[in-house]
Amino acid sequence: MDWQSFWLTIRLAVWVTLILLVIGIPFAYAIAFSRWRWKFLVEALVGLPIVLPPTVLGLYVLIALGQRSPLGRFWISLTGQPLVFTFTGLVIGSVIYSLPFAVQPLASSFSSVDSRLLAASAVLGVSKLRTFFRVVLPLSISGVVTATALTFAHTMGEFGVVLMVGGNIPGVTRTLSIDIYDQVQDLNYSAANSTALALVVIAFVLLSVVYSFNRSLWRTFPRGQSF
Amino acid sequence: MEAIESSGQRNRSALEIRISKRRKDGFELDLEFAAPDGITIVFGASGAGKTTLLDCIAGLTAPDAGCIAIAGAPVFDSALRLDVPVQSRRVGYVFQDLALFPHLRVEQNVGYGLSGTDREERKRRVEKILDSMEILPLRDRKPEQLSGGERQRVALARALVTEPSILLLDEPLAALDLPVRMKIAEDLRRSIQNLPIPVLYVTHSRDEVFVLGERMVVIERGKLIAQGTPHEVLTAPRGETVAQLAGFENIFDAQVTAIHEERGTMTCRVGSARFESSQVEIETPLVKAVPGTKLRVGISAGDVLLATSAPVGLSARNILEGKLVSMWQRDMIVVAQVDCGVQMFVHLTLAARDSLALKPGRQVWLIVKTHSCHLLGS
Repeated sequence: MDWQSFWLTIRLAVWVTLILLVIGIPFAYAIAFSRWRWKFLVEALVGLPIVLPPTVLGLYVLIALGQRSPLGRFWISLTGQPLVFTFTGLVIGSVIYSLPFAVQPLASSFSSVDSRLLAASAVLGVSKLRTFFRVVLPLSISGVVTATALTFAHTMGEFGVVLMVGGNIPGVTRTLSIDIYDQVQDLNYSAANSTALALVVIAFVLLSVVYSFNRSLWRTFPRGQSF
Repeated sequence: MEAIESSGQRNRSALEIRISKRRKDGFELDLEFAAPDGITIVFGASGAGKTTLLDCIAGLTAPDAGCIAIAGAPVFDSALRLDVPVQSRRVGYVFQDLALFPHLRVEQNVGYGLSGTDREERKRRVEKILDSMEILPLRDRKPEQLSGGERQRVALARALVTEPSILLLDEPLAALDLPVRMKIAEDLRRSIQNLPIPVLYVTHSRDEVFVLGERMVVIERGKLIAQGTPHEVLTAPRGETVAQLAGFENIFDAQVTAIHEERGTMTCRVGSARFESSQVEIETPLVKAVPGTKLRVGISAGDVLLATSAPVGLSARNILEGKLVSMWQRDMIVVAQVDCGVQMFVHLTLAARDSLALKPGRQVWLIVKTHSCHLLGS
């Protein structure tokens, strides 16, 4: 296994996960609590990366970040560097690609918090923002853990978007899944196998953490018991 | 708002409410009443609109039209487009399911509404109220580690510690098991009866009405159908509907005259406000009382037997002679009003009326089993 690709992949997954927690939480809050009638359109938009082929997503991200787009030009004027085929561009593409894996678990755990608890908080004079941090978020730990693990695992394993937006530059944009692709192209199956196995093990461990955590959570707060 | 000006001299504007609201499911709430400081029972069957009323007062839902004033200060007025946000209304609200925060300890739950006050002050106030409710030793427990009664006190403490200008209790005892419920109702009354704020206590339990009530309003299908003291309400002209709601068509003031501990019974002299001088005595189940104790006795009209000749050889202990005053039919039930020293309502079947050839003025005997006499507390 190529350790340079391994650490690059980890670095990418950590950045994407952090960014998605920061922007995913307000997104999820809006989806869980807004009564806006067109909300379903936002939900559908957020869910798109789940069903679209990564190449389609990658193509649009490539165009949006490219040197002919306003965003791409703005970034060049700001930093002197293009966005595409860089680590930053890769992070942006991955954030969009993994958005639903952060937003959906968060939104569903936010909206499963008993609305009477929110009412109780409001009646006690506590603002919606403080209520979020003191009641909603603490009672949504399982959603936060799920969102973190799924985003991390999903980002580690992405391929199509990375290839489209990042290309295949060692140490900059070559992630483990690209590595596997290269190794297979070179007919180097044993190398591909060990890299693939590493990804399988990491994904399995992450999902096990999610499921064991959610199970122990249900034991602490049994369902069906009213407070 | 004349009602309150005549009855609540101390604080005529403790709570004034006149609202109408149409819910999405077609249910319409249309209420106007006022409540002075102290406990006012809001009584009604499930689905009568009681929780919607409390939610309107708290600001959790907005009425379509009308106005609400708490302690003289308007918090909602559709004409002025005034709708004070729920966070600023200073309402204490104990929810039906209590809504304690499951992840916070008792102390944190109770201090939750005091986040604006400084740490020392908050600690002092939380300790003081926990102490007064006798739950200070439970301060480090989570709600799941508390009994039903303890949770109930925590919820009440959490509402009261913020010094609200009105207290709303939505069937606070509904989640408790029956045996402990009356005991906790009694504790609750002690905690809230002397509060210098209006307390709206929503219930559909007749027992709670008599333990807690000085004043009550009765709501049926979103409308106010009666108000006054529980006794006035239950003996008012509209009393038939109310009594149906209450489950007892016959409610009497009673005074214990003798205790028969060995038999598990006692004798009470019964009368209503209008029959002070009644000499009617009935045997009731024994409760903790001494001769002279005043209580109320409720007897369901369906539990009374009627005979046209003096019965003999019966196990029932209460046989009251009287005269049939009037009779009317409601659905498939005949309601007979009998004067036997007190006015008593009896339910008969149509067949029974016909086979007994009952007519007003006829001499009858009423038979009431000891255990059909429900003692309702003073």
